[in-house]
Amino acid sequence: MEKSFFIDTTICTGCRGCQIACKQWHDLPAESTKNLGTFQNPPDLSFVTYKLVRMKEEVIDNKLNWLFFPEQCRHCIEAPCLQIAENPKAIYKDSDTGAILYTAKTSDLDADAIIESCPYNIPRKRDDGTLAKCDMCNDRVHNGLKPACVTACPTGTMQFGDRQEMLDMANKRLAEVKAKFPNASLLNPDDVNVIYLAAHDPKLYYEYAVASNNRAEKGISRKVALRKMMGPFASLMRV
Amino acid sequence: MTNHWIDLKNSDCILIMGSNAAENHPISFKYVTEAMRNGAKLISVDPRFTKTSSKADIYTALRSGTDIAFLGGMIKYILDNNLYNKDYTVEYTNASFIVGKDFTFENGLFSGYTKGKEGQGPSTGSYDKAKWAFEVDEKGIPKMDKTLQDPRCVFQLMKKHYERYTPDVVSTITGTSQEDLLTVYKTYSATGETGKAGTIMYAMGWTQHTVGTQMIRTMCMIQLLLGNMGVAGGGVNALRGESNVQGSTDHALLWHLWPGYLKGPKASQDTLTAYNTKWTPKSSDPQSVNWWQNYPKYAVSMLKSFFGDKATKENDFGYSWLPKADDTGSYSWFDIFDAMYKEKIKGFFSWGQNPACSGSNSGKTRQALEKLEWLVNVNLFDNETGSFWRGPGVDPKKVKTEVFMLPAAVSVEKEGSIINSGRWMQWRYQGPKPMGDSRPDGDIIMELFNKIKELYHKDAPVANKGKNNKKGKKSNQNSKGGVFPEPILNLKWDYETNGAYDPHKAAKEINGYFLNDVTIKDKQYKKGTLVPNFTMLQADGSTSSGCWVYCNSYTEDGNMAARRDTQDAPNNIGLYPKFAWAWPLNRRILYNRASMNPKGEPWNKDKWVVKFAGEQKDGKWTTTKWEGDIPDGPAFPLQNPDGTKREDGKNPFIMQKDGYGQIYGPGLADGPFPEHYEPLECPVEKNYLSPQMVNPTAVVYSTDQDSHATCDPRFPFVGTTYRVCEHWQTGLMTRPQSWLMELQPQMFVEMSEELAALRGIKNGERVKVSSARGEVKCTAMVTKRFKPFKIGNGIVHQVGVPWHFGWRWPDSGAEESANLLTPSAGDPNTRIPETKAFMVNVTKL
Repeated sequence: MEKSFFIDTTICTGCRGCQIACKQWHDLPAESTKNLGTFQNPPDLSFVTYKLVRMKEEVIDNKLNWLFFPEQCRHCIEAPCLQIAENPKAIYKDSDTGAILYTAKTSDLDADAIIESCPYNIPRKRDDGTLAKCDMCNDRVHNGLKPACVTACPTGTMQFGDRQEMLDMANKRLAEVKAKFPNASLLNPDDVNVIYLAAHDPKLYYEYAVASNNRAEKGISRKVALRKMMGPFASLMRV
Repeated sequence: MTNHWIDLKNSDCILIMGSNAAENHPISFKYVTEAMRNGAKLISVDPRFTKTSSKADIYTALRSGTDIAFLGGMIKYILDNNLYNKDYTVEYTNASFIVGKDFTFENGLFSGYTKGKEGQGPSTGSYDKAKWAFEVDEKGIPKMDKTLQDPRCVFQLMKKHYERYTPDVVSTITGTSQEDLLTVYKTYSATGETGKAGTIMYAMGWTQHTVGTQMIRTMCMIQLLLGNMGVAGGGVNALRGESNVQGSTDHALLWHLWPGYLKGPKASQDTLTAYNTKWTPKSSDPQSVNWWQNYPKYAVSMLKSFFGDKATKENDFGYSWLPKADDTGSYSWFDIFDAMYKEKIKGFFSWGQNPACSGSNSGKTRQALEKLEWLVNVNLFDNETGSFWRGPGVDPKKVKTEVFMLPAAVSVEKEGSIINSGRWMQWRYQGPKPMGDSRPDGDIIMELFNKIKELYHKDAPVANKGKNNKKGKKSNQNSKGGVFPEPILNLKWDYETNGAYDPHKAAKEINGYFLNDVTIKDKQYKKGTLVPNFTMLQADGSTSSGCWVYCNSYTEDGNMAARRDTQDAPNNIGLYPKFAWAWPLNRRILYNRASMNPKGEPWNKDKWVVKFAGEQKDGKWTTTKWEGDIPDGPAFPLQNPDGTKREDGKNPFIMQKDGYGQIYGPGLADGPFPEHYEPLECPVEKNYLSPQMVNPTAVVYSTDQDSHATCDPRFPFVGTTYRVCEHWQTGLMTRPQSWLMELQPQMFVEMSEELAALRGIKNGERVKVSSARGEVKCTAMVTKRFKPFKIGNGIVHQVGVPWHFGWRWPDSGAEESANLLTPSAGDPNTRIPETKAFMVNVTKL
């Protein structure tokens, strides 16, 4: 059955246990960083950083908020990256879990086109053009474990399970938090397997917290634009 | 914690003040979150908007060091608006006690004060606490007025004391707006309603001040007034800063204690009788359990654990073999390094610590290390302490100290127990074997002691240490064997199995044994068996127990700390009584008899902690039976079901001599009521509450390395220190870890946008933070999360720095310890340093 994450940012404390757990499970090297005047580090996702807690300080209704957004690949139900790659040896979907997976063969792809195709600005390339991103800890999931980031989370922000169960949890929680946060919403819940709950305007958390059409307009290739326009039919028509 | 981690979920209102729990105790937020989902309110009060604040319903800021003013205002608010829990306050606290006529409070000073002699420090002054005593009747029982109307009763004196803490004055001191003060007061005071529970989560933000103990006491008073002690979701909860610091404190890490919070003996207590008499309180009130009346049983059992068969009644069970402190002496961390700096200490074991970075005024500490002849560094890795001789500004050629490194095993490489903040003793098994030459602390101590013993035994000339001259040159006059060998040679030391330290043997010794065949209440106990619990410990030498509060942790039924049963107790409030073990007696919530009314019925029927379920006949209890948590004593409740008083009923605060919660606390060094004083280094010219600026009993050191600057234009901003989630204490275990360094790579200073503009500082640029004691380079983190305070007629800026860094890692050597800035001044009760409020400057590099 297709799996989903539910990420309840209203209870995220920004401890970044998830970020470290991701590095640990995937045995990814640390980046050499500097303090850039914020707790957020590294500054962005990278080929060796699949999970990043983005942090923003925002005054909303005269009240200061410190917004935490534990970001990762959304494992889209109709993943644009997979669609434009047209190379299942490079990018494929695990039909058991719904994970969108990248292999070393991504080096054969047009990396920039793949990156541009992502409405959430997730994939990152190495110098040789190989792409990487969150793999849903697919190996763990197949062995009955939850993704490392979920296991590490102390507050229950990170949840993982069957898609329907996660959707139910997300909708129930949304209804609960509406009393405190009337503008709360689930971010693109129908399109993705990583369902975020945000208390405020999602753009305040991160430019690409919700799917962005802007990315397509910003110099995206004609092919990608056409595929996006045609949606799920694109792969059938092999555009 | 009087309660425990899981119990946070039972609260209706959680105040986090003096702590940034979301950052530093991240797991606690599992339970805080659960409480909030059940409708609890979260209040965060902190000079800086923190990760904790980001989750709070109510956030407000106060200037560092002004918490007593803030909380004193809450006491006034509770009293003015009659929000205190009247039944609880009258029945269970000393609010009704009549205070003796000698107690006064004028101009910021309590009665009985004597100023310390200049230069004779470190204590700046002291009180004669006899002046603060209660009035007692002919039996020695405090006089009471349960109407709380007597002008000399605690309640009325408290009212008078906090009358001055008006929202206006409090706001002027703290910089918190009056509106915010009232919002916090109103929200928290709502837990005074019967059946509601409020809790406080605090940490070093309260302890690390010259008035730290009194900050906590102010909150204790609020908790008593609101009836929040002993109940589920209530209590006063100290979040300990290390995973096993609760255990180390229980086992007498601190100089002035013996294990189990027995007192360390003083020179004037020259016999065991004198010692026991001094510390065994007497109460003739039949309703007071006065638990400490058992003091001699615990003291003698401890001595029997130390010295075994060598401890006999005739030799005072070896009492004279243990060190006595000078009556007026102090041997705290501060005093050790002060003495070391003054060349009064020759050798030092730095065990599992990194004083070159962790103690306040680290510059002085580092210089003190240079004055040692030898230093043994027992740690996982080399650190700034072990390598002090090649640290910044030190010429190795000029350092004579010989340094030894003993590599220690990591906690997961050892078997043993860890005691968490909630007093839960949890047994842990060995994971990987110790790496390389590293060894468990137990084995290092063992070999060290065996060697020392061997030297004392040896019939060879040994330098008489007392005759060494100042330069460490050995005297020609030698003596045979060691000086005063009895404590060493008589120490019982049988914790080995196959030549290695055996944590089970140590744990059993801590629990204690029957040393003879004994019969207690018609039941026989065999010599050599483990004592079931501390109610069976004896003062005649027939039992041993290394730490009485742990007696019951390892019994003939097995290792209680190793239990992992996840079934909850019948009250279903998260006690999990068969998961691990909690001191005392597996009691999960302390003073839990106060969770019931005097008839034995829980104040809160849904989240009850203990319930009296004895049989009754004609409106009178006839048998005792308890349900729920282990009660604080199995006696009858104070009243029968028909409301008549029971002479055999017991008051709930069993560790207090009189059995009542102490709203008036005559035992502390700095006064029976907390009073606001400014930090030793502060930004204001005057204390808005009294002419007394600083705690008149504060501990202040006075070598040339102990400079302080108050209202000094060179250091205009308030500074404070704190931790981040990604680093551990001085960073020894985390700074060499690249994943963690990726997240928090550099020393930083957080400041408001306003202060940054004032100094022309840009976010992310390197700046210099300096104090009267030192300077540190930091990356500026300019943030909305700090805001300038309006204090009196002026603006006060505050900045904050983490104390995790040191020159040894990262390799750049450019990230240094925040404790180079902090002052060597502290609380008179604990000698904890005032690292949470001091004065600094911030300048562009």
